[in-house]
Amino acid sequence: MHLPPFETLIDAHSPELHRFLVGCVGPTEAEDCLQETFMSALRAYRRLRHSDNLRAWLYTIAQRKATDAVRRMTRRPTRELDGVDPIAPPEPEPMDDGIWGSVRGLPTKQRDALVHRFVLDLAYREIGARMGTSEEAARQNVSAGLRRLRREVAR
Amino acid sequence: MTDDLERRLTEALTPGTALDLARVHDRLARRAAEDGILDVAYGTYDSPLGALTVMVTPRGLVRLSYPGERISDQLDELAERVSPRILEAPERTDSVRRELDEYFAGERRAFDVPIDWRLVRGFAGDVLRATAQIPFGTVSSYRDVATEAGSPNAYRAAGNALGSNPVPIVVPCHRVLHVGGGLGGYTGGVDRKRFLLRLEGALAPGIDR
Repeated sequence: MHLPPFETLIDAHSPELHRFLVGCVGPTEAEDCLQETFMSALRAYRRLRHSDNLRAWLYTIAQRKATDAVRRMTRRPTRELDGVDPIAPPEPEPMDDGIWGSVRGLPTKQRDALVHRFVLDLAYREIGARMGTSEEAARQNVSAGLRRLRREVAR
Repeated sequence: MTDDLERRLTEALTPGTALDLARVHDRLARRAAEDGILDVAYGTYDSPLGALTVMVTPRGLVRLSYPGERISDQLDELAERVSPRILEAPERTDSVRRELDEYFAGERRAFDVPIDWRLVRGFAGDVLRATAQIPFGTVSSYRDVATEAGSPNAYRAAGNALGSNPVPIVVPCHRVLHVGGGLGGYTGGVDRKRFLLRLEGALAPGIDR
């Protein structure tokens, strides 16, 4: 097995990973998420057992970092209320950037599927490959996400 | 079916999304080095012999290459034989670049940077280690370095080893000549060999061997 120099992964995948992360977490957090994605990837890179789909592997890591970031962002307001109402579950705060703010409040799989579909303009088969699911599951994640968004927008 | 919602999704994500890739890259290289997960760093060095590429590991200098050698091939080789955790990180090569500055300015006669020998094996390694001992300003022969490496008759193999020296200049294979005094070959071309020998005062300026 032969892995390419890590430097070449950065050149090849940064722009698209960044667009994906902007969709998932917004422009402010996206660069940090990209940074953390590469740090985690580099840490694991030497022990990687396969080199056949490095792109999908990077997206798996980026999805995780995006989910962590969204969790941090939604927790922040409750931390400021420390001691006041610690038991209340944090409500996802819709960020003030229109429709994508609502996308970020969706369940992770639906969010990632919508970003792949509408930001990166990928076919369902490719979305499935990157998310580690079937083509059909990718299609369902997208349509479930859209249904939910429609409800929220109508509200 | 494309409805209003889907249209909004495809249109909404344009402003404020510019990526500063250089900043991401530089921060990554710095953090990776701090965390000890950067195994090979490289940068370029502008020398009187053209732009050299300097590649280092935590153990030391692993590769120094002349312009014209394909960097991507060398990085591939390092990925396979040392580690694929490779980033362009010029500041990690600063100690090598500083010593090269001093060498080309005539202020340094021997290099102190440690060498990572992982790209050389067996007899070639013995030949190059023997070559590393040839003092500044002097020359040796293919037969002498073969003898030093333990096989007096293997001078052709010694020549091959010198030709594949991964760290020219620092391991001074340019100081090895033919027994009769002919310059012999050189990885970077014989003009560079002549330049280095003149810089070291081992070759009189007017003489063109």
